Amino acid sequence: MKQLTCIICPRGCQLTIDDNLNVTGNFCKRGQIYALEELTNPSRTLTTTIRVRNRKDVLIPVRTNKKVPKDKLFDIMQIINKTTVLAPCHINDVAIKNVLNLGVDIIFTSEIK
Amino acid sequence: MFDIVIIGAGIVGAMLARKLSQYELKILVIEKENDVANVTTMANSAIIHSGYDPLPNSLKAKLNVLGNKQFDEIAKQLDVKFSRIGSLTLAFDEKQLETLKELQQRGKENQVETFILNKEETLKIEPNINDNVIGSLFAPTAGIIDPFNLCVHAMENACENGVILHLEEEVIDIKKEDNNFKIITNKDEYLTSIVINASGYNADDIAKKVEDIDWSINPRKGQYFVLDHFDDNFVNHVIFPLPSEKGKGVLVSKTTSNNYIVGPSSEPCLKDDFSCDKLTLDNVRNSAKEMVKNIPFNQTIRIFSGIRATSSRHDFIIEPAKKYPNFINIAGIESPGLVSSPAIADYVITNYISKLINLVPNKNFNPYVRPYVHFLDLSIEKQNELIKKDKDFSKLICNCEKVTLGEIKDVLNRYVKPSTLKGVKKRTRAGFGKCQSGFCQSNIIDILSTFYQVDKTKILYDKINSNILFYKTKVGENND
Amino acid sequence: MINCQLVIIGGGSAGMASALKAYQEGIKDIIIIEKDDKLGGILNQCIHDGFGLDLFKEELSGPEYAYRFIQEIEKLNIRCFLSTFILGIDNDFNIKILNKDGVEIIKAHAIIFAAGCYERNAGAINLMGDRPSGIMSAGTAQKYLNIKGYMPSKRVVILGSGDIGLITARRMTLEGAEVLAVLEIMPYSNGLTRNIKQCLDDFNIPLYLSTTVKQVIGKSRLEKVIACRVDENGNFIDGSEIEFDCDTLLLSVGLIPNIGLIKDMGIRFSSTRGPVVDELLQTDKKGLFACGNCLHVHDLVDHVTNEGYLAGLGASLFLKNKIKENLNVEVIAKNYVSYVVPQYINTTLLDNITLKFRVKKPLKNVNIVISDDKRIIKRIPKLTLLPSQMENIVIKTLDLVQNNGKIYVDIEMKI
Repeated sequence: MKQLTCIICPRGCQLTIDDNLNVTGNFCKRGQIYALEELTNPSRTLTTTIRVRNRKDVLIPVRTNKKVPKDKLFDIMQIINKTTVLAPCHINDVAIKNVLNLGVDIIFTSEIK
Repeated sequence: MFDIVIIGAGIVGAMLARKLSQYELKILVIEKENDVANVTTMANSAIIHSGYDPLPNSLKAKLNVLGNKQFDEIAKQLDVKFSRIGSLTLAFDEKQLETLKELQQRGKENQVETFILNKEETLKIEPNINDNVIGSLFAPTAGIIDPFNLCVHAMENACENGVILHLEEEVIDIKKEDNNFKIITNKDEYLTSIVINASGYNADDIAKKVEDIDWSINPRKGQYFVLDHFDDNFVNHVIFPLPSEKGKGVLVSKTTSNNYIVGPSSEPCLKDDFSCDKLTLDNVRNSAKEMVKNIPFNQTIRIFSGIRATSSRHDFIIEPAKKYPNFINIAGIESPGLVSSPAIADYVITNYISKLINLVPNKNFNPYVRPYVHFLDLSIEKQNELIKKDKDFSKLICNCEKVTLGEIKDVLNRYVKPSTLKGVKKRTRAGFGKCQSGFCQSNIIDILSTFYQVDKTKILYDKINSNILFYKTKVGENND
Repeated sequence: MINCQLVIIGGGSAGMASALKAYQEGIKDIIIIEKDDKLGGILNQCIHDGFGLDLFKEELSGPEYAYRFIQEIEKLNIRCFLSTFILGIDNDFNIKILNKDGVEIIKAHAIIFAAGCYERNAGAINLMGDRPSGIMSAGTAQKYLNIKGYMPSKRVVILGSGDIGLITARRMTLEGAEVLAVLEIMPYSNGLTRNIKQCLDDFNIPLYLSTTVKQVIGKSRLEKVIACRVDENGNFIDGSEIEFDCDTLLLSVGLIPNIGLIKDMGIRFSSTRGPVVDELLQTDKKGLFACGNCLHVHDLVDHVTNEGYLAGLGASLFLKNKIKENLNVEVIAKNYVSYVVPQYINTTLLDNITLKFRVKKPLKNVNIVISDDKRIIKRIPKLTLLPSQMENIVIKTLDLVQNNGKIYVDIEMKI
């Protein structure tokens, strides 16, 4: 038996997973998927910023375009902190391709002209 | 070689420096803080007292009354916000009413005109006073002032007229050399024929550097609430309770920026203790509620404490050292110190300095400080003229208090310029408002860092080591 | 002098939504006034994701959410005065603005006030102790980190477990600071449970409930925070002090509607500190509407957007002279309900009215009851109600038509 708080939406359901991986307490189906994933491979979306090389003191917000393993968050932060990008930047464009070979890209979430 | 070295750039040092700058003298002001007006002048009730209350014939009484009379002119010359809103001292029972009459008598002796108002008259001019008031003493000459800019502008005007100001310089020792004094600081040494000790709560420590003294500074802390601009007419006078031996008590007053101030407490403290505590502030709140009803304490934007340089003599100490007529102590300048400050300067010049040195008028003396910009108070035409000349006036940095970039740059291009966030705040009011610099602090750091051409991590909030930022992020491998 | 039908004050989520709706309703003469150099408001510094689940069924970051609206505004060519500040508004809707072109008056026929909110600060919560640097609001820290690219702390204590506090705890940690604790004066967190999980638990940051700051220590930079447990009345429990050696105290202790510009217009304000409004979000002053966090503080931006749409509709009805006040219903918050927006229902223009409210403390197994003096209009069972979550209850205007009086929003315990 395991207890989890679902983080899929603001509702925050309290989930219970029994030894046979049956999930209860979930309001919707996404809760079930989340619970099983959280037990086997917990993953998160990472949001942070990247420095823009050719603009004085400007950062651009970025995110992973998919969830990444939770234990890789700080490794990815390290890569991002060492990386700078060139403006102009467009929303959804890739800032860092296939970060740490995870099959996940770092994409811009804002615009810099 | 200086004619006069003034130790301390609070209101006493600044007012004296300015008055002395009307003579041909070589004057140096040494201040250990990184800004003028940074200790007692920074944190007080900001009241220009009428002077009915100090004991007749005391220095406090004399200098308060003489000082008060000068403020219309000073405020105009120094471009400082000042308003004679008058004070009301309240009585809530017959015994207190009797005391008010005694105070009125004391006022007569001090040559201060006051009026006793009955209950109806009191409530008519101050409807938010508690209904159980039975009378009040109205002192029309009392006023409110912006104490920071009074001091900053006085020192600015002194510097415009030739005074030299050294900040962040601490006096380590003072040695007698022939008839002169050698002042040894953490940075340099200066020879001077006259020393003025105007070092606030450190005055006893400085005085002891030349001789043993029979007085001491026993600082007393005062804690306050500052409320936001919620209603321009909540109270229209300075509201006092009856004074006691501990001081004038907790007052409620409007400030020159249309905030409200409630305080101070009065308790003994250490010299560098600016902390606030709950018990004391609860008492301040309760004392204020006894006088004024419905004070919206949920509009509090800041609590702070200031330190009074109370002396063991309970009057101002303005006299030369016993052994040295050219070492003059100005000590124990607690309330009514702010209002007395110009008269203290006159007193020191007339009674002591004029007897030590030949005072030749400075022909170039200009009592008017170069005007500051008060953008919000200008007509639209004037505002647009300014913006046409300088686009910085079109950028509002502090939204709460509506301070433009142009005004911040104006105070930076002065003799007495701010180097810290607090320095900018006390001059321009940027960061003084309801968000307490939550929105504008980062932008003011940018402005200071650009102006002084230093990294943002070097910008201080107030005292040394009060930096805000640690390092620039995401600069590759060298994150430090 | 510029003449304009509708001036929207604030280009954040509420302001942008209200502009779009008013435009859709045929009001084309609109100016949005924004102090920043771009639209989006505070969303621009909220780089974390979780925005837009209600409206877009997606988890967007703040800038992404804002961008969807910015694009619409640009497409429709709605006039925006960026880097423009407001010096004052008079009772005839003359708005004095300041920007690079100078000071100018805009004469508006209607105003939508959407100026957002600001953070409660150390003074407002009477934070006791010294006055060092290193005590700042969570939003200020967020701005340093996310916009300016500077780290304002190394060892942090956060006071307040609302969502801003929790999100900042994670941001600080990811950027290399050590978050020693999140303190919460209430016996429960005011943040979403999912944020406690993904912002605190994920990073092993302890949350201390019923605990607040007793004293801050530090002559120049903050050196120490003394935290202390509090009893149910909020009094410190002696002997339960915990000391944290830290250089920064971040305050996430609530948001206050930013109403400075309209406070002298002779209108009433409610316990939210925002203006009193009717169901079209019109204030006491005809033609002045308010929406978003300057009206009452929201927890989801999607709700802010919806409120913006409603204000846009209200203002367009006003400008088309279609508002006829044929109702006079006062909405009253009772007992555990801390406030309800709107406070009045004055017209039958809307078929449905959403009553938005919060409760004063967490409640379990209750009914929300909407009633008038004679009968119960609606009763909705709820498993849990939390002060941190705004409730939305939709009622039918038809149910009110005979009622010129009061309706009540109340909570009833199930036994």
